[in-house]
Amino acid sequence: MSSLALRESAPAADTTPGAAQGFPRRRRTALVPTVTLLLGAVYCLLPVAWVVIASTKSGSELFSTFTFLPGSGFTENLSDLNAYRDGVYWQWMGNSALYAVAGALLSAAVSACAGYALAVYRFRGREAMFNVLLAGVLMPPVILAVPQYLLLAQAGLTDSYLSVLLPQILSPYGVYLARVYAAAAVPADVVEAGRMDGASEWRIFTRIALPMMVPGLVTVFLFQFVAIWNNFLLPYIMLSDDEKFPITLGLYTLLEQGANTPALYTLVVTGAFLAVFPLVALFLVVQRFWSLDLLSGAVKS
Amino acid sequence: MRTAPYAFLLPAALLFALFFALPIGYALWLSFRKVRVSGLGLGSGARTEVWAGLENYTTAFTDSELLSGALRVLGYGAIVVPVMLGLALLFALMLDSERVRLAPLTRLAIFLPYAVPGVVAALLWGFLYLPDVSPFYFVLDRLGLPQPDLLDGGPLYLALSNIAVWGGTGFNMIVIYTSLRSIPAEVYEAAKLDGAGPLQIALRIKIPMVAPSLVLTFFFSIIATLQVFNEPTTLKPLTNSVSTTWSPLMKVYQDAFGKGDIHAAAAQATIIAVVTLLLSFGFLRAANRRQKQEAAR
Repeated sequence: MSSLALRESAPAADTTPGAAQGFPRRRRTALVPTVTLLLGAVYCLLPVAWVVIASTKSGSELFSTFTFLPGSGFTENLSDLNAYRDGVYWQWMGNSALYAVAGALLSAAVSACAGYALAVYRFRGREAMFNVLLAGVLMPPVILAVPQYLLLAQAGLTDSYLSVLLPQILSPYGVYLARVYAAAAVPADVVEAGRMDGASEWRIFTRIALPMMVPGLVTVFLFQFVAIWNNFLLPYIMLSDDEKFPITLGLYTLLEQGANTPALYTLVVTGAFLAVFPLVALFLVVQRFWSLDLLSGAVKS
Repeated sequence: MRTAPYAFLLPAALLFALFFALPIGYALWLSFRKVRVSGLGLGSGARTEVWAGLENYTTAFTDSELLSGALRVLGYGAIVVPVMLGLALLFALMLDSERVRLAPLTRLAIFLPYAVPGVVAALLWGFLYLPDVSPFYFVLDRLGLPQPDLLDGGPLYLALSNIAVWGGTGFNMIVIYTSLRSIPAEVYEAAKLDGAGPLQIALRIKIPMVAPSLVLTFFFSIIATLQVFNEPTTLKPLTNSVSTTWSPLMKVYQDAFGKGDIHAAAAQATIIAVVTLLLSFGFLRAANRRQKQEAAR
């Protein structure tokens, strides 16, 4: 497969700047990675390209015309989606945005406090607390979600916005990242200098440390934003009122109904297309001043 | 000063207690209880909760549906984890190679599926697996070849695995790539002077040096794979071959909310959690020597 791909894009490689005629061997080495990455990119973009095109197909075109042939029904699909149950689709989008923004902001705040404490102070039980928090990462969501549902039911909180929001605030990975960034970005002598000046611990944290931790906290925010936006299991278990559904659950119920009413499939496809947009746009915008590498805990760069 | 760190940790500790520790404890408690129904089960006193000992666990261990669900997920994981991490490593090495073109663009494209919710990813691929929609069937049809059902039998595993690989490769690629970039350039110089090619440098130097991040991605991939729920649940409306108990987690959901037997569900969830922890820590232990290098950094 790779040798075929090599031959196909060989002419393009001749225009590579600096790929002088005298170094055929070096030019070849740059070709393999480029072509491999391009194939990977095509694979990853394929379903996205499909949903963009499929959202333009009318109900009959969706199952009859060639996969990547654009259709003629985009505006109609859009108005159908807007009309579906008085625009409940946009309610789902709004709910997803609410859950994700509020949850991720709170998560970043909680992680900042905890990560700062774990990185800057020496105190009894520090490592024990950190390890216990990290162990939370390993807990299967379902062993948490089922009893969370039963406990929240006893508190009368199921089927509410809070039932989806509250369990998603604490992110063990967020605390871990915040600790790594605080340890790297907040020098001990700066904290010490603040104490010499008589500033309170809280003031040192908010005025000195927090601004230094901002790039790391943006990462925690984004990580948790994506986690909440993509979450399905928790709202699936917690919610029954579809006015409170996030977009993932809303689209799922739409697909489920589509099994009996195929006319809904065009709505599902158009809805999926619009649901892919916000996060992709978020990443493209954020990309300019934030590096993907931060997501894996890289502190240099 | 002395109380400050505890005050900073208070919100996290409270949330942990309420939404992690308490539910886990409650699930354990429930797993050792059962409902006893007296008479016809009608009236307020007819259903009482009593101690069950290990009964729920023995039932779960002899439950053939749970066992076959576990086997299905193991088969699925045996495809997903190696393929996904193999591709992630391959792409990371390619990004890190010299004189590669279009790297930022392709890196972003490969990372893009991370921003697509699992349910939406399963939905997109689910449609692309349907005979009337798929380009795959279109090509087979034109060539006059037989057209297998992608959503049944063996191909179903591949179809589900593909969704997970598509969604997870980019994130793991970034983790491995970040760790590749932290290798100082001097490390390669000596190898280059010795005449090592890019392939040899990748195999002999780069891969061993990023072993800690490979261990980490492996660890989290195992955990995520054993808990697969969203993708098969989303494909369910599109095919009859995904049952409501296809994966163990789906069975837990079904028992808890479909049958309303929270005690059986709690016992199964506990078993899944313990098996997940055993498998993932077993793996970590096997890779322990590598892990120590990372801790030293």
